[in-house]
Amino acid sequence: MTDLLYTEIENDLRASVREVLEDKAPWTAVLAGTEKDEPYDAGLWKAVAGQLGCAGLPVPEDLGGAGAGWRETAVVMEELGRAVAPVPFLTSSVMATAALLAAGERELLARLAAGERTAVLAVPFGTAPGADPAADPDAPTVSGGALTGEVASVADGLAADVLLVPAGGGLYAVDAADARRTAVTSLDMTRRLADVAFGGAPARLVAQGPDAVRAALVTGAALLASEQLGIAERCLDDTVAYVKTRYQFGRQIGSYQALKHRLADLWTAVTQARAAARYAASCATAGDADLPVAAAVAQAHCSAVAVKAAEECVQMHGGIGFTWEHPAHLYLKRAKADSIALGSPDRHRAALAVLAGLPPA
Amino acid sequence: MSTAPPDAEELGRRVDAFLAEHDPAATEPLEFLRARFDAGLAWVHYPQGHGGLDAPRALQPGVDRRFREAGAPTNQPERNGIGLGMAAPTILAFGTEEQKRRFLRPLWTGEEIWCQLFSEPGAGSDLAALGTRAVRDGDHWIVNGQKVWTSMAHEARYAILVTRTDPDVPKHRGMTYFVCDMTAPGVEVRPLRQITGEAEFNEVFLTDVRIPDEHRLGEIGDGWRVSTTTLMNERVAIGGAAAPREGGMIGVVARLWRDRPELRTAGLHDALLRLWVETEAARLTGERLRQQLAVGKPGPEGSAAKLAFADINQRTSGLELELLGDDGLRYDDWTMRRPSEVDFTRRSPGYRYLRAKGNSIEGGTSEILRNIIAERVLGLPGEIRVDKDVPWKDLPK
Ligand SMILES: Cc1cc2nc3c(=O)[nH]c(=O)nc-3n(C[C@H](O)[C@H](O)[C@H](O)COP(=O)(O)OP(=O)(O)OC[C@H]3O[C@@H](n4cnc5c(N)ncnc54)[C@H](O)[C@@H]3O)c2cc1C
Repeated sequence: MTDLLYTEIENDLRASVREVLEDKAPWTAVLAGTEKDEPYDAGLWKAVAGQLGCAGLPVPEDLGGAGAGWRETAVVMEELGRAVAPVPFLTSSVMATAALLAAGERELLARLAAGERTAVLAVPFGTAPGADPAADPDAPTVSGGALTGEVASVADGLAADVLLVPAGGGLYAVDAADARRTAVTSLDMTRRLADVAFGGAPARLVAQGPDAVRAALVTGAALLASEQLGIAERCLDDTVAYVKTRYQFGRQIGSYQALKHRLADLWTAVTQARAAARYAASCATAGDADLPVAAAVAQAHCSAVAVKAAEECVQMHGGIGFTWEHPAHLYLKRAKADSIALGSPDRHRAALAVLAGLPPA
Repeated sequence: MSTAPPDAEELGRRVDAFLAEHDPAATEPLEFLRARFDAGLAWVHYPQGHGGLDAPRALQPGVDRRFREAGAPTNQPERNGIGLGMAAPTILAFGTEEQKRRFLRPLWTGEEIWCQLFSEPGAGSDLAALGTRAVRDGDHWIVNGQKVWTSMAHEARYAILVTRTDPDVPKHRGMTYFVCDMTAPGVEVRPLRQITGEAEFNEVFLTDVRIPDEHRLGEIGDGWRVSTTTLMNERVAIGGAAAPREGGMIGVVARLWRDRPELRTAGLHDALLRLWVETEAARLTGERLRQQLAVGKPGPEGSAAKLAFADINQRTSGLELELLGDDGLRYDDWTMRRPSEVDFTRRSPGYRYLRAKGNSIEGGTSEILRNIIAERVLGLPGEIRVDKDVPWKDLPK
């Protein structure tokens, strides 16, 4: 059976990422960042990608990466989730990187690994694994090396230097400067969407066929579960801490069974989310044939747990949990957006129906 | 003479040597099991001389597998769950050398089945409220009281029993723990018919039962601490074995779904997939727990396992009935039977649905388990106690 625990190296990595995030991305700074026009926190990204070398974790060493794997990358995702960190790690270091690794692309990959540039897969963020966006009739078209068309709701679309666009049965790289990008007011204020339009933009073929895009989507889904785990853990921790200090009717509110039992259930769900997320990350690392099932299980389960944790966090904080001045809303927005990102739980269950041989009525 | 604990390789050699000397096909099963115990290959993490070799607990599944593959007789663990899961670890922790020597071998071989005389009509979740009295009489104790919901008492030769020996102190301090001979005069077992129609558990009446002081486990007045060991092991005993994907209840329903397309509806499809995902996540959690145990870092996930298991089993067995429609309306057998094991797989779907209702009550209710997780894992404040410093005899009952 796959190893579902954390290695010592992973725990060390977690500690250093957490330290940087506590220093550079306390929630007050994250909240303040949402009022700015910058699409992400460039200073934070520099620290995570450059100083800590996280951007190239799964990239082989000969391409300037760390030659680690998706399991280590998943640990970074957990920590970024805990901090609702506004950096393009999922989109560039996980999804675009997975696509380029599958495509055997070298030069751009090396630059992403070094944290010099960022790329995103230009698909609507809700696209589930198994989809073939290049075959979509609404997908951009290519003609004579020029790309034309529109893609809506691209996560970190405004942040990226390079757009990886599924079109014409393949995957094309477009310099972001050659696209027209419009910021979208997004539910998740810490991972913003953009609408992207191409009017004959110069495009370079990166991969033929759907495999590179598939790799990006399934790896993204597998690792998004770790971000959801981090969100859920953080919401649970904060809520448990709060109910111990808040007194009503002369008692700590955490002494009331109505809350204790819900928190016990939430802890149980988070415990299971951890196992599901670790299994998905391990399958991604090993290139295990079970990855599609593992990713779908992890998404169907962890999406719901993260949303539940954030919702309980708001509720058990009472009025203060409903204010802009409390971080709960940042988590709720990220959790809910994540549950739709890369396929809603219902879509993942539908995928499982096929994978597990449980056909619909 | 003690030697260093064996590793996996050494254990493998010992199993091979044992099998070479005791051909499973030619040896009488009981003789085989006794010899296996004496060779320290029963529960390898137990001490030498008591069925084990002081080996790491994680090596037990490997040993069991080798015996299984060799076609060795089993000790039918499904018939003696309380003995193996609860009585044995408690005897190991609190028993004298003599008690361990007397009880552990026939317990492990299955010659002697055990039951648990804990719950009483007035003391279930609140076990420490129990009132069964044990009064000292020279080298003996005289026990009077009533126990209830005692699983398999009708099969049991021995029982773990907790009693009140001092009613004048607060409830947790006045309890004493014994091994009770179920064949002793004054022990009366009456079947208690349950929701499924059969009588898997019983009422047990104890009238002037004489228990020798050698059958006391732990100190006088220390019964609560001893019971806590039993209860902790009870929770660990659940969810111990590795299960394949679609093992257990979800596999039953998934097969039904595949075999009977005419039963399918959109709503049931959704319900099935939700439970499939939850079961798989719970299975992976169990796997993670085992991996933690194997590296000697047990986590608190064990408590999550029982809670989740009860909930998932109940919902999945409920789904099976709904899916079956008309067939779900039929039951297999209401006659009052006295089973010797809980037979979840060979009975009807209706039985499974009803029996699963016990999963959130037996071995501690789901509500009590939530209290335990909230207080011990999350560190939330304990329940308001109105009974703490009150002598047991003055408590409202
Ligand atoms: C199939 C089966 C087999 C059993 N086998 C055995 C056995 O072999 N030996 C044995 O000794 N016992 C056995 N039992 C008994 C079992 O341990 C008890 O039934 C159980 O501990 C609950 O106690 P109770 O029935 O008195 O319920 P109560 O304690 O009266 O509980 C009633 C309800 O109140 C809730 N409740 C109680 N206290 C609290 C609290 N503090 N906070 C919140 N909710 C609370 C409970 O969760 C439950 O929902 C068995 C039970 C079953 C169903």
